[in-house]
Amino acid sequence: MVTLTFPTWMEPYRALATGKMSGEQWQALLRQLIWPVLGIAAFLLLWQLAAQRIDTSLGQFPGPSQVWEQAGSLLDEHQASRAKEAAFHERQEKYIASRLAQQPEWEPVYRSYTGAPTFFDQIGTSLITVMSGFLLASMIAIPLGIFIGLSSTAHAAMNPLIQLFKPVSPLAWLPLVTMVVSAVYVTDDPLVAKSFLTSMFTVSLCCLWPTLMNTAVGVTSVSQDLTNVSRVLRLNAMSHVRKIVLPSALPMMFTGLRLSLGIAWMVLIAAEMLAQNPGLGKFVWDEFQNGSSQSLGRIMVAVIVIGLIGFLLDRLMLMLQRALVWDKSSVQR
Amino acid sequence: MKALLELSNVGMKFDTPKGQFEALKDVNLKIESGEFVSLIGHSGCGKSTVLNIVAGLLQATDGGVILDKQEVTEPGPERAVVFQNHSLLPWLSAFENVELAVKQVFKKTKSKAEIRDWVEHNLELVHMAHAMHKKPDEISGGMKQRVGIARALAMQPQVLLMDEPFGALDALTRAHLQDSLMEIHAQLGTTVIMITHDVDEAVLLSDRIVMMTNGPSATIGEILDVKLPRPRDRLALADDPTFVRCRQQVLQFLYEKQRKVEPMPKRNSANTERVRKRA
Repeated sequence: MVTLTFPTWMEPYRALATGKMSGEQWQALLRQLIWPVLGIAAFLLLWQLAAQRIDTSLGQFPGPSQVWEQAGSLLDEHQASRAKEAAFHERQEKYIASRLAQQPEWEPVYRSYTGAPTFFDQIGTSLITVMSGFLLASMIAIPLGIFIGLSSTAHAAMNPLIQLFKPVSPLAWLPLVTMVVSAVYVTDDPLVAKSFLTSMFTVSLCCLWPTLMNTAVGVTSVSQDLTNVSRVLRLNAMSHVRKIVLPSALPMMFTGLRLSLGIAWMVLIAAEMLAQNPGLGKFVWDEFQNGSSQSLGRIMVAVIVIGLIGFLLDRLMLMLQRALVWDKSSVQR
Repeated sequence: MKALLELSNVGMKFDTPKGQFEALKDVNLKIESGEFVSLIGHSGCGKSTVLNIVAGLLQATDGGVILDKQEVTEPGPERAVVFQNHSLLPWLSAFENVELAVKQVFKKTKSKAEIRDWVEHNLELVHMAHAMHKKPDEISGGMKQRVGIARALAMQPQVLLMDEPFGALDALTRAHLQDSLMEIHAQLGTTVIMITHDVDEAVLLSDRIVMMTNGPSATIGEILDVKLPRPRDRLALADDPTFVRCRQQVLQFLYEKQRKVEPMPKRNSANTERVRKRA
């Protein structure tokens, strides 16, 4: 006999399916499904009504249906581009095979497909850029935060600088980062594009602060009792940090990491727009410059996708936090 | 016989914004090996300060502490501490908490298997073998304190220091833990210094009760020998004349000789009922 256990949030649906709904379950159904759906529907309606009244130089502001249409066409373009790419590779293979048959000593030259990146390629680039920037920031912020948390001297020395740089907008950093990257990253055979590095460093500069601050606070607030345990056990500095300080600070650190990732994603779009890194930011900018009657609809698709990805990234961090942090009560929604 | 632990002229002054505050003055105490000594006194009298100085967590400003011919200058596992609020690492299981201590103290002398056996042995000693893989969050306050005791015992300390170990527990749990502690003390013959607020607990467990005067400049007021045969049984002792007399003496010291004068909470109107807990 197999017993199926349902997660609690599924209870109302199961009850609905079996025709046994209690008052409480109706409440839960309303809260989980009906109110959110109504909220979205009301938003779409208002959007449609407002859009009809806004005329821009690029035509009418797109309503939900036009945006949906553009989402479809972006998907079609992506598939068409992939088909072209496959065809290109097939042609190349055939050409190389036939030429090798005639001239066996010939060294074949493989060329990669050079079509413009589609919307979906740009999402991929954006994700890679944001993750690189976020990882770089974490690699700097976590050790530095531990150091600042452990040493009140370091805290006193660095706190003014942190407070000074924390509120700086990515747009202010970007020109400086661009110039520095161009000056320092000089190579004939670039592994990654300069625009990628510029975007990544800008993201790092802007998103390292929450992790830094939260790690430092987490480390400072290790309970005195646990520090005493460590002293009685005569743990050396390394074990003290590894066994007592780090696990204690982990919940706070994760809160910081989650905030950082949120900021990283917001900053990225602006950075890509100006650095011309082939990601979502550049997509928005290109569409804006392009100025066709479809542009606004396509930008709106990007807006929704940006929101959706930001939401998913946050959920991902939340899941990671739930899995790794011992103090489950520290995990907020 | 030479004392295992000796406190001579221990004094403690703290610098405060209002000038120097003398918490302790001229504390002299000798403790023999295997003795169970309680420190009792009103809150704020510096009992914890004495214990922390013996533990090495605080440095006395006057005098010093000698343990087994060595002056105490820093904390160490030979003076293991059982803290009032258990102080277990919340991310480790009971087993891992004890293991951390055992690995630190015996990593050079015990093999992996011996370490595991020793951890398990100590958890069995405090009757925690059944829940040793649970996290502190998943066990009761009394059980956490048992694990705290196991962790301290597992270091094989020369002196076991207990800072109000049962203060936060309910009466029934406290009685269970007192019985366990007596059992362990009988079995291992550990030297124990325990801080307590509880007169019955002090008389039941101790060989000697050290009564402290009120601060500032607190010091030892009286020392009472509890000449009750061991093993002691709490029910039989309830109307034992020696037990009753000892209890009486401690109470007299605390409530007649060292009566703590605390200002009564002010009540400005009849409908504000403020109940202030007297610590």
